[in-house]
Amino acid sequence: MSSSPTLERLPLVVRDWLVGWLPESLRWLAGSLLAIVAVIVAFASLFALLTLVERKLLARVQNRPGPNRTGLPFLPFTKNRLFGLGQPLADGIKMLTKEDIVPRTADRVLHFLAPIALLAFAILTLAVIPYGRHLVPLELEAGVLYFFAAGAATELGVFMAGWASRNKYSLLAAMRALAQLISYELPLLLSIVPVVMLAGTLSPGGIVERQGGWSFGLLPQWHVFTPWGVTGFAIFFVTALAESNRSPFDLPEAESELIAGHLTEYSGFKYALFFMAEYFGMCALCGMGVTLFLGGWQAPLPFLAVVPSYVWFVAKLLTLLLAFMWVRATLPRMRIDQLMRLAWKFLVPLALVNLGVAAFWALTADWTGAVRATRWLIAAVLIAGPFVLLGRKLTTGLAPRTYRYAA
Amino acid sequence: MITLLIIATVTVVSAGVALLLRNLIHSALLLIGNWVGVAAFYLWAGAEFVAFAQVLVYVGAVSMIVLFAVLLTSRSPADMALAPHTRSRVLAAVVTSGAVLGVLLGAVISTPLPGTNITVPSVTVRDLGNQLGGPHAGAVLVVGVILTVALIGAVVIASTGRDDGKPDAP
Repeated sequence: MSSSPTLERLPLVVRDWLVGWLPESLRWLAGSLLAIVAVIVAFASLFALLTLVERKLLARVQNRPGPNRTGLPFLPFTKNRLFGLGQPLADGIKMLTKEDIVPRTADRVLHFLAPIALLAFAILTLAVIPYGRHLVPLELEAGVLYFFAAGAATELGVFMAGWASRNKYSLLAAMRALAQLISYELPLLLSIVPVVMLAGTLSPGGIVERQGGWSFGLLPQWHVFTPWGVTGFAIFFVTALAESNRSPFDLPEAESELIAGHLTEYSGFKYALFFMAEYFGMCALCGMGVTLFLGGWQAPLPFLAVVPSYVWFVAKLLTLLLAFMWVRATLPRMRIDQLMRLAWKFLVPLALVNLGVAAFWALTADWTGAVRATRWLIAAVLIAGPFVLLGRKLTTGLAPRTYRYAA
Repeated sequence: MITLLIIATVTVVSAGVALLLRNLIHSALLLIGNWVGVAAFYLWAGAEFVAFAQVLVYVGAVSMIVLFAVLLTSRSPADMALAPHTRSRVLAAVVTSGAVLGVLLGAVISTPLPGTNITVPSVTVRDLGNQLGGPHAGAVLVVGVILTVALIGAVVIASTGRDDGKPDAP
């Protein structure tokens, strides 16, 4: 049972109808442009919404109401403020009309190029994510590789911004960004290798197809419901937080120690571009996490497959994004040495162990019946053992913390 | 053809300008531009996988190390040596670069060019993986061992600075 084909193909029908007005020779070009515009518009409006949702959510966690004064412009004379839904619009107008200040000693060309490069690479990553059964803007055989290649280049933007500002805080932020991102690149890539290994393909669409179907007619066969999958997803989640410079890994822009780091010398719309790039990168990483581990556009239960696939993708994406915000609201920022310890002494070894478990899983794919439970047990022990041992070893001598007070 | 010319121009010009500039960071960034150009060339030639691997490894990782090295060792532009110190250094530089150039040119010239009617081979990522994991697995392992040894060597050389036996406070 699956959703009605009309609803499933609706975006494609709309596209074909729009493109149909053009002469035959221009159709493929118009189709591609339309896909690009659709992706950018969708994520730009999601960005606007997310800024509001994040501020609201952080405010609720901190027991205050958050932005609630700005109504929508088409409801000017009513008392209804719609929970401050007009805030993103007001923010956008403010950013556009603010003065753009460039420090006198700054490297003007790089200072100008940095936000553009950052945003461009972030947009590039959005191209290969399968948003629905028929909704892949760019189908590539090596799509996963393309995604991480484009994502790896975003660090350059942060570095350029920090260096070009000619400001010591910004330069420190650039150094931190380089160190952090190069450290977390390795566990990020190692955490997705098992997925590629088990799915046997590098194409995001193919990986989602492999996660279709239900065991016992009820449980979805997503990667996250396997021992290696849940470990991989946990590592992916932590490293994705670090890669998108989100709290508790927001050391490059640490506003309380580096006065916002690489953003210090930026104002006006360039500043807004940095935020846009950050949210786009976050959305792209969450989308890739959904694709690789959470079954992509697949429905969670068989009878729910009547709902179109893209709705499921968006629902899962929003859930992950909200989890990112929840983490930001909950955890304090790490120190740089804690950050490095976590990456090199915990995440990388765990990801390597996980790779071994995935290999075991791939070799025992033909175990059926009662032996299937043994397969689960062995894989779970192989993961949980090193996890506990590593955690114990890394925390010995650190706890409990002793406090000394003046008598 | 025009695409190839544009790619070639970007690649060569960025490399050339990177050599001429006195600002090390600008040179490093132009070098990254050069790597992107090489990746674009691979993409133009239909080697999708190699192109993305090039971007991932060079633009994503090696560039970071280059920038790190430049930042950590950077000195003021004033005390950068513009002229070589001794004549033997000039000689050594000329001999080394000449040898590299000779090897590369020799390889380029001795490679036979196929005729005009060539069939483009279609190599999928799966084929590449099977080749690397099957017949060429030994070579991959050897390269891995060499890189690991180089990495460990670099760590050993770099870690001789401070050794007071006490670990950092957590």
